Amino acid sequence: MKYAFFPGCVSKGGCPELYQSVKQVYPRLGIDLEEMTTASCTGAGVLQEKDLRLGDLLNAHTLALAEQQGLPIMTICSTCQGVMSQANHRLVTDPGYLDDINQVLAEEGLTYRGTTTVKHFVWILLEDVGEQKIRQAVKRPLTGLRAAPFYGCYLQRPSAALGFDEQPARVKSLETVMALLGAEVVDFPGKSRCCGMPLLTINEPGSLQMVAHHTSDAKEHGADVMVTPCPLCHLNLDGLQTKAARHERREIDLPILHLPQLLGLAMGLEPRALGLNRNLVPTKSVLEKLRVA
Amino acid sequence: MLTTFRIRRFNPESESPQPYFEDYQLVTERSDTVLDALIRIRETVDESLTLRCSCRGAICGSCGMRINGHATLACKTKVASLISPDETIHVEPMNNMPVIKDLVTDMAGFWEKVRQVQPWLQPTGPEPEGEYLASPDAMNHLTGVMGCIMCGACVSDCAALEVNADFVGPAALAKAYRFVADPRDGSSSSRLTALNNPGGMWDCTRCMECIEVCPKGVGAMDRIMTLRAKGIEQGVPSTAGSRHTEAFADLIERKGRLDEPMLAVRTFGLANVRQMFSFLPMVLRALVRGKLPKSGPLFRPIPGIARIRRLFRRAKEGR
Repeated sequence: MKYAFFPGCVSKGGCPELYQSVKQVYPRLGIDLEEMTTASCTGAGVLQEKDLRLGDLLNAHTLALAEQQGLPIMTICSTCQGVMSQANHRLVTDPGYLDDINQVLAEEGLTYRGTTTVKHFVWILLEDVGEQKIRQAVKRPLTGLRAAPFYGCYLQRPSAALGFDEQPARVKSLETVMALLGAEVVDFPGKSRCCGMPLLTINEPGSLQMVAHHTSDAKEHGADVMVTPCPLCHLNLDGLQTKAARHERREIDLPILHLPQLLGLAMGLEPRALGLNRNLVPTKSVLEKLRVA
Repeated sequence: MLTTFRIRRFNPESESPQPYFEDYQLVTERSDTVLDALIRIRETVDESLTLRCSCRGAICGSCGMRINGHATLACKTKVASLISPDETIHVEPMNNMPVIKDLVTDMAGFWEKVRQVQPWLQPTGPEPEGEYLASPDAMNHLTGVMGCIMCGACVSDCAALEVNADFVGPAALAKAYRFVADPRDGSSSSRLTALNNPGGMWDCTRCMECIEVCPKGVGAMDRIMTLRAKGIEQGVPSTAGSRHTEAFADLIERKGRLDEPMLAVRTFGLANVRQMFSFLPMVLRALVRGKLPKSGPLFRPIPGIARIRRLFRRAKEGR
């Protein structure tokens, strides 16, 4: 199970604990990674606001690099995953467009034949690693931990580009993994909604309102912790939770874990090794609940 | 198949006008749509159930409502596609608009916002002797967005509207795009300038709910993104949104991946120093935890940045 690893900007920037924790867990699942060091940012849907074709060109470059290596790509960010899935979808469903993009790639000695698959870590866990191996890797079941999922828009929509028709289990992939780890999944309406991150620059109060609403709502539904496969959601839900709580005049204090952090805890790994001390909302309550020193 | 429908009820003329859920059980057939079932409930179980519908064929856009949490047309949704036996189907009125009664919402605000984008052709220059002509390609391109039936599903599920009632919303912006992209229209420039204002094209949060729920494949958010691109190309006055986009693209061109602190500085700009400083407590907490990203000269470009820059250059030439 070898993948070309696309860590994404945020796991190497604002959320280093994500990179740190995924490095801890993947070897224990029989996964082998080769990091893509020369691939650019996907554009995160932001660059695409200015120039969609440029975004597709950059992602075609990344897809071509992986194709050359003969490896599928693994992402650890809902946004990276969604943006690359959408680009790949446009390229493989429109041969004329792919030809057009390939003319530019040819100048770099590259071509993209449209064969690369891009998978988020959470999909890899279910589709490639499999239930049995995950169960075997669990050394400290998360029994009694009530965890709310938060997917990130790009891992849920548009479903046509995300392969939900072929792999319908992807819709609930995060919940399925959380349950396999022994956690009690807390369902709440906000799990597939927007975290507010893209709104932060233009409408900060609205963005903070979304953070406060989703985290409080998850708590009111009984959650001890929220878990996300998207570091951009994490930046907002964890990073801005204190500001959002003040803005909405309420107390929240809901720890937000990256999926590999939750997985690592279930594997019995040390909280510090998983970077839990680097989350901005303290994660102590989660560790107490799990009786981890 | 015995199916349970949990329907959100609301009667403003009742003694205590509070919304509540009411369950109805109905035997449904494989061919039934949710609309068929709702009409049967009204005709055979509870005549007070109020809903709006007309064509029953996904043409008129009257029966927009939320089914299992997402806006859609009741007439286009098969009961059998929704459930496994013994699960309940939740039916609610559309969101982001006032409820008149039960499943019927007040669309006045929706129409007001569509009107706001001046949804009619505004050609400039001398009137042609014959018709205003547009190429088949241009009209084919517009067919997608002209497929909008104004059902309100995209507005119902819009996350940005939930936190900002002044946002003009996906349906109106898709309609605006329909005219901006029409080669016969002469007002693209003033349209884009108007859409650049607060509440306009930059207020979308890019959550793609509108793309997902649209029963006609209009792809409102994609149209909003094209409006933004056209606005930038035309040189509309900068907003936090456009500065964010411009800075993002520039930083990727320079370094290959994102210098996050620099993006924040360049987005907020000198005009919003106060807002930028309001993030200081978060920045300090990140600093203490050793996770403040490197920035500026300390942030090194990725290996192979020369190629990324060449790709940028080629894309600009091809534009």
